[in-house]
Amino acid sequence: MARITIREALSQALWEEMEANEKIFLMGEEIGVWGGTYAVTRGFYDHFGPDRVRDTPIAEGVIAGAAIGAAMVGARPVAEIMTVNFALLAMDMIVNHAAKLRYMFGGQFKVPVIIRTPGGGGRQLGATHSQTLDALFAHFPGLRVVTPATAYDSKGMMKAALRQDDPVMFMENALLYQKRDEVPDGDYVVSLEKSDIKREGTDVTIVTYSRMLHESLAAAKKLAKEGISCEIVDLRCLRPLDLEPAFESFKKTNRAVIVEEGYPQFGVGAEISARIYEECFDYLDAPVKRVAQLDVPLPYNRALEQSAIPNVDTIIKAVKEVMYV
Amino acid sequence: MRTKAEYLKGYKDLVAIRRLEEKCAELYQLGQIGGFLHLYIGQEAVAVGISNALTEKDHVITAYRDHGIAYTQGMDPGVIFAELTGKIDGCSKGKGGSMHLADTSLNFWGGHAIVGAQMPLAAGIATGFQYLKNDNVIVCMMGDGATNIGYFHEALNLSKVWNLPVVWLVENNRYGMGTAVERASAVTDIQLKARGYKIPSEEVDGMSVNAVEKAVKKAVKHARETGPFFLEVMTYRFHGHSMGDPERYREAEEIKRFRKEGPIGILHAEILEKKYATEADLDKIHDEVDEMIAAAVEFAANSPEPDPSELWTDIYA
Repeated sequence: MARITIREALSQALWEEMEANEKIFLMGEEIGVWGGTYAVTRGFYDHFGPDRVRDTPIAEGVIAGAAIGAAMVGARPVAEIMTVNFALLAMDMIVNHAAKLRYMFGGQFKVPVIIRTPGGGGRQLGATHSQTLDALFAHFPGLRVVTPATAYDSKGMMKAALRQDDPVMFMENALLYQKRDEVPDGDYVVSLEKSDIKREGTDVTIVTYSRMLHESLAAAKKLAKEGISCEIVDLRCLRPLDLEPAFESFKKTNRAVIVEEGYPQFGVGAEISARIYEECFDYLDAPVKRVAQLDVPLPYNRALEQSAIPNVDTIIKAVKEVMYV
Repeated sequence: MRTKAEYLKGYKDLVAIRRLEEKCAELYQLGQIGGFLHLYIGQEAVAVGISNALTEKDHVITAYRDHGIAYTQGMDPGVIFAELTGKIDGCSKGKGGSMHLADTSLNFWGGHAIVGAQMPLAAGIATGFQYLKNDNVIVCMMGDGATNIGYFHEALNLSKVWNLPVVWLVENNRYGMGTAVERASAVTDIQLKARGYKIPSEEVDGMSVNAVEKAVKKAVKHARETGPFFLEVMTYRFHGHSMGDPERYREAEEIKRFRKEGPIGILHAEILEKKYATEADLDKIHDEVDEMIAAAVEFAANSPEPDPSELWTDIYA
């Protein structure tokens, strides 16, 4: 076991899989000579060479499209889109093509492409560089959308993604790259279809994912001192969505708070709370509570920005509301 | 085409696409084909010329006006009609429809309905070929209208930066839907756009099978050995953009003029002049095609509807 960062975990997964499978290649803006703007691919260019680590022009449409096309003919491209905000320029390729080619052509095509992209706010980058768009991609059948929050999950899910045949949106969070946890020394994979209980508890179920997992864990630690026991379900993937553990937990606690960094309207919390109402209505002791980014574009000003993003305090407040304390 | 047999095969292909498309229009009026339908009538020589030029290492991808190239790549007309009528024996199990014909075993990668989207995909297919070092080439067909969208520029640029084995082939039929080239494109000599990316280009007579065939052969060779090549094939569609086209944007005279010198008439005259066949021989080809199309329509009519469970298949691998 070693304690490594999420950046290292992703890097290790890509490196090990590239060593094992020559069909895998990387492409994206500044991933080669520069080493990746978030340094996930540092050292790759020198080791694997320009054919397998391809710097691209700044052109997200053709980055996504070329990765999809290469996947159609048997390669295994991993395209990096520098931030998820720029993936909006590739939306047609992702939504109209990656997600649909297999279905629309009666199963003739497989599209084993991975699109890696970091998102999230909190870094004073202004409204167009701070978005959390996971819910947007999770809307579309045909895509896999994964949102790991730990180094262990990041490495295992990247390896799993590189060994299967569907298009994967691999959603990273820029503020999590430095986060550390323990990762086994040998080879392992983590399912792209299973959520995970990250903390056991009895009073309230918190359903969350990505960076908000860590805010939720911190909130739960504080709440424990006040005698409130939180169970935390880390979704890990938004499509397909595994809600069984969340339902099981809810049937035990009868109270739920959904925490996400993205927008509230039509968001992850909206979907999950609806599903809890549909599946677990008889178990409700309090209305399901959503914690999400405030419904505004994120501003540059630090204090204003921070006030719009969920944190330990807003999560604690929500938990207390469903506990009626 | 050089030999008599090749000329007669080329003629038959032109007539087959024409009859296939006429039949489509009929079935559409009868409500047996749904959705959008874009006929290839007038442009047949382009598809025939392309497929004539391609070998087993050459592939093709196109936009939504895809029936002609599907046929010339070898797709059975019965399978085409089955797809158009939404039947299980269609190439895409009835899930794709007119705009989404494809058969990877025929080196035909679709059939793509978002204008211009086949270009980044083609750049990617070429990237895959280059990466896998399999010596393959992809010919990416597009309409003149598609040369105005961002994908065109992103894809052409990348193809030159990486020297990808791709032939960009514009079918310039003079109108993007109902908007004439000169009303939509700052550069009306479309092949000049390729020069902006240092991609060599040529203009080709799209009414002549042989002109297209010759140009594509040369372009594919260049793509395989050197990098991207660009062809602007001058053609004309005799029917509307789709079945719901009021055609307010062009004069009947113009259509008549092009129809007179259409691809079938041109090859017809050439064959007679070369004495490769008599009028009666060519009539016989028309009869053979009529029989083939009738059998294809019957095959599609007898093909079952997809099982309701097909709704949920092919979403994930």
